[in-house]
Amino acid sequence: MATGKASEIILEVRNLRKYFPITKGFIFQKQVGAVKAVDDVSFFIRTGETLGLVGESGCGKTTTGRVILRLMEPTAGDAVFEGRSIFSLHKEELRLMRRNLQIIFQDPYSSLNPRMTVGDIVGEPLEIHNLARGKDKVRRVQELLEVVGLSPYHANRYPHEFSGGQRQRIGIARALAVNPKLIICDEPVSALDVSIQAQVLNLLEDLQKEFGLTYLFIAHDLSVVKHISDRVAVMYLGKIVEVCPVEEIFANPQHPYTEALLSAVPIPDPGMRRERIILPGDVPSPSNPPKGCRFHTRCLYAVESCRVNEPPMVDVADGHYVACPVQPFKHQRSKAAVLKTPA
Amino acid sequence: MSEWAPSRTASFWSLAFRRFMRHRLAVVGIVALGMLAIMALAAPLLAPHSPTTIDPTTFQGRPSSVHLLGTDSVGRDVLSRLIYAARVSLSVGILAVTMYVLIGTSVGAIAGYYGGTVDLVLSRIMDIMLSFPPLIIILFAVSVFGRPSLWNVIIVLGLLGWPAVARLVRGQVMALRHQEFVQAARAIGASDPAVVMRHLLPNAMAPVLVAATFGTANAILVEAALSFLGMGVQPPTPSWGNMLTDAQSLTVLEQMPWLWVPPGFMILISVLTINFVGDGLRDALDPSLKL
Repeated sequence: MATGKASEIILEVRNLRKYFPITKGFIFQKQVGAVKAVDDVSFFIRTGETLGLVGESGCGKTTTGRVILRLMEPTAGDAVFEGRSIFSLHKEELRLMRRNLQIIFQDPYSSLNPRMTVGDIVGEPLEIHNLARGKDKVRRVQELLEVVGLSPYHANRYPHEFSGGQRQRIGIARALAVNPKLIICDEPVSALDVSIQAQVLNLLEDLQKEFGLTYLFIAHDLSVVKHISDRVAVMYLGKIVEVCPVEEIFANPQHPYTEALLSAVPIPDPGMRRERIILPGDVPSPSNPPKGCRFHTRCLYAVESCRVNEPPMVDVADGHYVACPVQPFKHQRSKAAVLKTPA
Repeated sequence: MSEWAPSRTASFWSLAFRRFMRHRLAVVGIVALGMLAIMALAAPLLAPHSPTTIDPTTFQGRPSSVHLLGTDSVGRDVLSRLIYAARVSLSVGILAVTMYVLIGTSVGAIAGYYGGTVDLVLSRIMDIMLSFPPLIIILFAVSVFGRPSLWNVIIVLGLLGWPAVARLVRGQVMALRHQEFVQAARAIGASDPAVVMRHLLPNAMAPVLVAATFGTANAILVEAALSFLGMGVQPPTPSWGNMLTDAQSLTVLEQMPWLWVPPGFMILISVLTINFVGDGLRDALDPSLKL
């Protein structure tokens, strides 16, 4: 894992919103509403670190990743990469920018073109960005395949000849081909067997060390995030509710949603008992999110003001941000503050 | 694809070829189709007589040693006309379908890839075109274009057939557009044309190829129908359709089978073999089917 606590910010996302319009009518369509998949999300990532982005299905984590890469156009907000706004780039500038930002997908089956050989898949970015041609390209592709733990002779095979884990390695090799600085990992291991998950996670960590990569690691599995992240951002219904260093979130969760999420992580010890927090009700529809705090409909600590006022993000302890003014864990929080105080 | 040598596994096309060869009916179809094509190309060498020369000694003559399949009502050799007619049918089938597959693929890819208003407009045009009764339009168009001819038939069929292909391609492209490999191609900076040509169309073409083979068979049938009605290929140029025109007479139908059975049989054979080939192609082009 990266050590660069003091290093500079490589990507900053500010007030990002992505609404999907709901339309009605056949020929003359009119907008009758919007699914607020991502609603006012802000965070930053430092060079060389891994930011884990967690939340349940449908909370907008994947959309956040896709919008940052402009695979979808944002509704509002900004994403600044090394001082340049990604969202204001023109077509050609964006194409060049794509050398810096890459993505690894969740599904190792649909993320590789079945009609192309592995060599053509990994070699395509090299061709597009004119990085290598002819013999150079072949050599570079073979090198990339070795870097991700495959054999150079795999280049002339087709994706269907590989297992899920191997296919994910091919996807990683494709992302690495352009020497990116930041890789958005969109649940890269959640479709894999547990034993293979560990291999791929270790590979990602090794690559990070070797090439000085920065990761935005999207996941719904907190134990995976614990393993790889430096900091964690928790998302609920299109908003980030808590951001903090990874040790903090496990030792000292501040948001009631984070607390509930953590209580669902299995403990690898059959003798251990822990109180499971079962949240009442379902996730509300993102097309009509609750007023005030979005979590208040399911929160165990909600008070009257939660229904009215949207809670702002507050720094409660040295880089531990949380959007919950009720402070149900006030006592713990003061403990955290004590622990954090340098001796 | 051979650039990734040393080659251990075969390329996509050689695998497809192997899968195709395992499809027995398709192999029979392609052999028969090849023979038809050779017949059409080598017609002057194969035909015993000129297809248009009139033998004044026999009208509607029975098959004999001089005229193996007899002569028609004006004394032309049926076998020679049958061989030459293969040129008409195959060129109508191939040219008309090539034309509408090209138009349909382009329109469908644009509609499916860009979506939104572009898709809306193009889809409505397709709907309108598909709601025309095709044979009536063809009859109308052929008569408006002036005197009926082979080229008119090809152009009209080519211009009318594309919406079906466009719909097919549009649906495929829309389904594929959200696949992660297409997103990946965009993320590495591939341009829109590159995404469409490299990632979308190759994966969308299998059903189009199948539709094209069925379309070829259909074009041959439509040409035969038009020529039978006198609106297609005009005599003395032979076509299997206009050869059947003679069978409009009950006497011919009842007593002179050599005038209508052979062209009917040729239509049947060509349509059937083309459909077999289409079936074989569909299986062969699916890379997930292993040998």
